[in-house]
Amino acid sequence: MFTLFGFPVSESVVSTWIVMAILVGLALVLRRRMELYPDKMQNVIEMVVEGFNGLVASTMGEDRKNFMPYIASLFLFIGFANLSGLLGLRPPTSDINVTAGLALMTFVAIHFYGLRLKGWKHIKGLGEPFILFLPMNIVSELAKPVSLAMRLFGNIFGGAIIMAMISGAIALFVPVLPSLYFDIFSGLLQSFIFTMLTMVFITLAIE
Amino acid sequence: MEHSLFTVAAFAALGAGIAMIAGLGPGIGQGYAAGKGVEAVGRQPEARGQITLTMLLGQAVAETTGIYALVIAFILIGVVNSVI
Repeated sequence: MFTLFGFPVSESVVSTWIVMAILVGLALVLRRRMELYPDKMQNVIEMVVEGFNGLVASTMGEDRKNFMPYIASLFLFIGFANLSGLLGLRPPTSDINVTAGLALMTFVAIHFYGLRLKGWKHIKGLGEPFILFLPMNIVSELAKPVSLAMRLFGNIFGGAIIMAMISGAIALFVPVLPSLYFDIFSGLLQSFIFTMLTMVFITLAIE
Repeated sequence: MEHSLFTVAAFAALGAGIAMIAGLGPGIGQGYAAGKGVEAVGRQPEARGQITLTMLLGQAVAETTGIYALVIAFILIGVVNSVI
């Protein structure tokens, strides 16, 4: 879209900045008003945090709650990014570079925690059940981030294109119902699925 | 080969349409998962939340092949747009 200090800045980077600004601003404002006896807003936030704690504990195990901040921020970022289409932005997740970056983070997390907690056994696990399966296991490990990135990108991009086609055909009232599905339901479901699969993959790698 | 660019565009558009035949598979898979989910809820209505979550997760994974086809169709449509 424009260049900043010689770096090209695309539209999705700008909408990522807007989503980041919303999230960071919300966090700063809500943190300032934190009290021992919660008001309405703090109650909602505490419910969300409790929900993430419960989700991580039930998926990854009670003793791995320390993954909760990463999982929660992943979910909040992807969720807000998918919902940013409602504000008239182009959702950052409809750019394959953004989703590939997110999937790469998951890929690094899988193998970092696998190597740290299991060490040599993590690499040996690639040769299971016997050594001839090594290339297949490597391909399946590489397919994980690719499928994560493609799934999120394809869903959001396809939804955005279908929405543009519907709004282009009939702009009055008709796009309301498809928008409920493609912008809100599908976006939240895809962010949930991305975080859920991230948790499952990490758990598989460290168990 | 004076029509070669036109031919490329035509076959890319055809290929985009043919790629979306892959939509059959995820449709069958998701419908099967939803049917099994209904059965499970009918048998154990109290586990409804957990069943719905598991069903949606499985359906999203089953959807992946269809999404791959969609991405390939987009790439081919991009070829059509760049040629014309």
